Order: sequence, then structure tokens, then C-alpha cells
Amino acid sequence: MNDKVTLMKGNEALAVAAIRYGADGYFGYPITPQSEVLEKLEEEMPWETTGMVVLQAESEVAAINMVYAGASCGKTVLTSTSSPGFSLMQEGMSYMAASEVPALVINVMRGGPGLGTIHPSQADYFQAVKGGGHGDYRLITLAPASVQEMVDFVALGWDLAFKYRAVSMILADGVIGQMMEKVVLPEQRPRHTEEWIRENCPWAVNGRKGMRPKNIITSLELDDDKMEENNHRFQATYREIEKNEQRCELINTDDCDYLIVAFGSMARISQKAMELAAEEGIKVGIARPITLWPFPVDAIRKAAEGVKGILSVELSAGQLIEDIKLATECRYPVDIFHRLGGNVPAPDEILNALKEKLIKKLG
Amino acid sequence: MKEEIVIAGFGGQGVLSMGKILAYSGLMEDKEVTWMPSYGPEQRGGTANVTVIVSDERISSPILNMYDTAVVLNQQSLDKFEKMVKPGGVLIYDSYGIKTAPARSDINVYRIDAMEATFELNNSKAYNMVVLGALLKIDPMVTIDNVLAGLKKTLPERHWHLLPMNEAALRRGMELA
Repeated sequence: MNDKVTLMKGNEALAVAAIRYGADGYFGYPITPQSEVLEKLEEEMPWETTGMVVLQAESEVAAINMVYAGASCGKTVLTSTSSPGFSLMQEGMSYMAASEVPALVINVMRGGPGLGTIHPSQADYFQAVKGGGHGDYRLITLAPASVQEMVDFVALGWDLAFKYRAVSMILADGVIGQMMEKVVLPEQRPRHTEEWIRENCPWAVNGRKGMRPKNIITSLELDDDKMEENNHRFQATYREIEKNEQRCELINTDDCDYLIVAFGSMARISQKAMELAAEEGIKVGIARPITLWPFPVDAIRKAAEGVKGILSVELSAGQLIEDIKLATECRYPVDIFHRLGGNVPAPDEILNALKEKLIKKLG
Repeated sequence: MKEEIVIAGFGGQGVLSMGKILAYSGLMEDKEVTWMPSYGPEQRGGTANVTVIVSDERISSPILNMYDTAVVLNQQSLDKFEKMVKPGGVLIYDSYGIKTAPARSDINVYRIDAMEATFELNNSKAYNMVVLGALLKIDPMVTIDNVLAGLKKTLPERHWHLLPMNEAALRRGMELA
């Protein structure tokens, strides 16, 4: 057996990955189905090894503002929550976007709206990719489909956050958080030094010691012209991210008659539906957006070329399908198959939907 | 090889742990594995199930509609999962508390009296290990040695003195099948 391979839940693996990346702080409040993140961090006690702070805040509102504060100092900080908790964090998300601070936020989605259920859902898609808080802002949104990606996207999320001074978010769901799979954990990296922060985050409020003019981190700008200028700068960054950071996995899309677009757990279940379809001679390909924002427009367009129809498979009532239609400029018939409220479809349900909604109609 | 298994019963019977041990054993044999629990507010008394897939190849979906093997430990689970066994597949059930026995003839049905065996062993906590022993006798997807190694890996050192008891329960289970 390979010693580097271990078996872990998605939530636990994510927690260990944060420590290994060299995180400075985690601030969060427990909520199912992601409570194992905080539990695992407390079990690992990184404050005794790397010096990482792990703090259970009094609420999600407090947690996101602790993240805002840490990020303002150029620290590598994160929080994790599930849907109702993510709603509570929206004010902080908008403030962080306006303050251009890098941070990592994880939402392991559960069925909503409201307190809803504790079972898997993807119904916070719009909230993540269209901006759940007020104002024009975007989050770099990564959608893991395996426990390994829960680990890998911690590093990717922080790397992109620091590169663009933006907030990255990992949008997972109860399936990815709760299931155990084989995973290879990265080596422990040292935490960023104050020298590193001074060099790489010249905007950070970390004590100027007479060396530079003072930095101010704020989202408030009462001069309309200056605020417009700020907005243009944010948008320029977002266009840059859209240009450079689209990611998508294409499976069997070179020679398929029907295309399924799905992310996260739904992409995994759709793959099984694809295997079942192949047994019946139906050629199905899958496009799995890895970045939900920026949406992988180019890859989806390429995958859609020559298909008879597209099926959006999502745990939401028509959210992903809108971006598919925008990306393909409605050139192909697109239909949707979904389960809602915490229910997850089995592979055969997806195959049946494909037959009913596309094959029967389009031939 | 690829084994798609569901284990289902009451919460507290050790259904999820049994799945975990199986997944660890697969890991010890360098196989691909997924372990997907039904998670929820249920603790003791509610129903619980876990899907374990052990395969030589990359696993697509952790959630399935049909299984190679179903291990069911109460009537509700039997009612739910009997119809989800692939034709030619395996259904293992504990007769304890079962009022309506499985009726399908296109699958291989094994009745095990694991609960009775734990009464004899005077050790109800090892129930899931008895069931696992029976499962591995019927379908030797992983070796007992790797199960024991996997168990050692999942248990904190302070519980290692329980390993011989677990091994005895496993071997008793193998006799039942």
C-alpha cells in the first residue's frame, strides 16, 4: 500500500489541507453537513505545530468578519459553513470583495431555502456565482467532485485569491463533504512570514514601522467618482480572471450525441449514467465545470459542437441551466433534470431523464 | 474487479463502521474505494445505510441504484434494498426481527443468524464484525488479514486490546455463512 494514500471524508481532508497549506487562521461556526471541518481542525491542534489559529466564533456573522480582519492583514485565512450560514455571511463577502482582500470561503451546500434539510443540494449556485451580497462583485468559485479535489482546491483557491486579491470559494455539497475516498495529502508548507506578506501584499495593514505610507482597508468610499473608479478596477480584475482561470473537465465529448453538463457530486453521478447509456449504445459526453465562476464558456461551447441536445443535471431548480444557455447562446436544445430539497438522484434517474427529455424529442 | 455494496440496518448496529472497515481493507489492497453514508439526525434506532464501492478502476458515482451485494439487517432495509440487487447478485440478511423473508429467485440469498451468534458470544458490540465475517466468506473481496490491518489503522492505540475479540467475531461470522 502506498503510505501517502489515506482514506478520508471530504470535510476532514479539506481541514488537513488548510493546515498543510500553511493557513494562519480558521474561523467558523458548526453546521451540518460541514461540521467535520472544525472538528478535524480541533482534533489536529495545529496551534501547537504550525501556530495556526482555530476559533469557533459565536456566529457566522462574526466568523466572516474575523476572516475579513485576518485577510486585511495579509494573513492566509478561511471559514467554512453550509447554506444557511453562508447567507449570514453575505454582508462580509460583499465587504471583502469591495476591500479587495484575499480569502477562502467554503460552502458545503444543503437543501434549502430556509433552514431546509441537512442533505446535499446545489441550490446556492446563483448565490455563489452571481454574488449573494449587494453590489457588483464576483467570487472565484471552485466546484470539487472528489475528496482529492477538496484538498487540491484549498491550495488553488488561496493561490488565486492572493494572485487577484479576490475571495475564492469552494462550493461543495453534502455528498462531497461526507463521503470518504482515497486522498493524497500535500506536504506541510510553512506559514507565510511577515517578510513574505510585506513583499507580496503591499496593501496589507500589518504595521508600517515608518517604512511606507499608511494602508487603509475599507469598503466605504463616499465620493461617487472614486467609487465608480473602484468598480471599474474590480471589473477589470474580473475580466482578467474570466480570461485566465476558466477550468472544465470534458469526458467523452469528442464523439457524443448528447451532452450532460453537471458539477460536483452531480458530475460523478452523471458519469455513471453515461456508463449505463453506453451499455445501451447511447453516446453521452459530460462537461464538468470546475470553475463555476468564471464559467468555462469556451470549453462548454467546444463540447456542445455537433450535439443533438444538452441536459443540465443539477440539485437546483434551474440555475446551472441559465449559464449553459448563455454559454451556448441558445444554439442547442437544452433541458434540465433536477432533484430538490436534499434529495439526490441515482444514476438511472438521470439516464431516464435523458431519454424522456432529449432522446424522445430529438431522436 | 468492482464490488458495489450497500449495508443497511438500524443506527447503532455498526453499519457505517462496518462499511468503513471494508473501505480501509480495500485501501490496504491498493484498490479504489468510496464510502458514502446516509447521514442524518438518526442515531440509535433510526435506519442507516452506507454504500461502499471497491474497484480496480476509477469510481464514477458514489451513489447507486443497483448493487452487486446488499447486506440488510432489519425489515425496513430488506424492503428497500431487496429490489435493488442486480440479477445474479447477493443478498445477505440477518433473520433476527425479519417477518417477511426475501422472495426473489434471480439473486443469491443468504440468511445469517448473526444476532443470535452475538448472544452466544455474549458480545453484542461485535455484531457488525460477525456480519462482516459472513459477508467476506460469501464474497471474499478483501482478505481477512487486510481487514484486521485496516481495523488496526482505524482504531486508536488505546483500543488495540479489542483486536483479538474482533478477530474472533469475524471468524464466527465466517462459520455462519
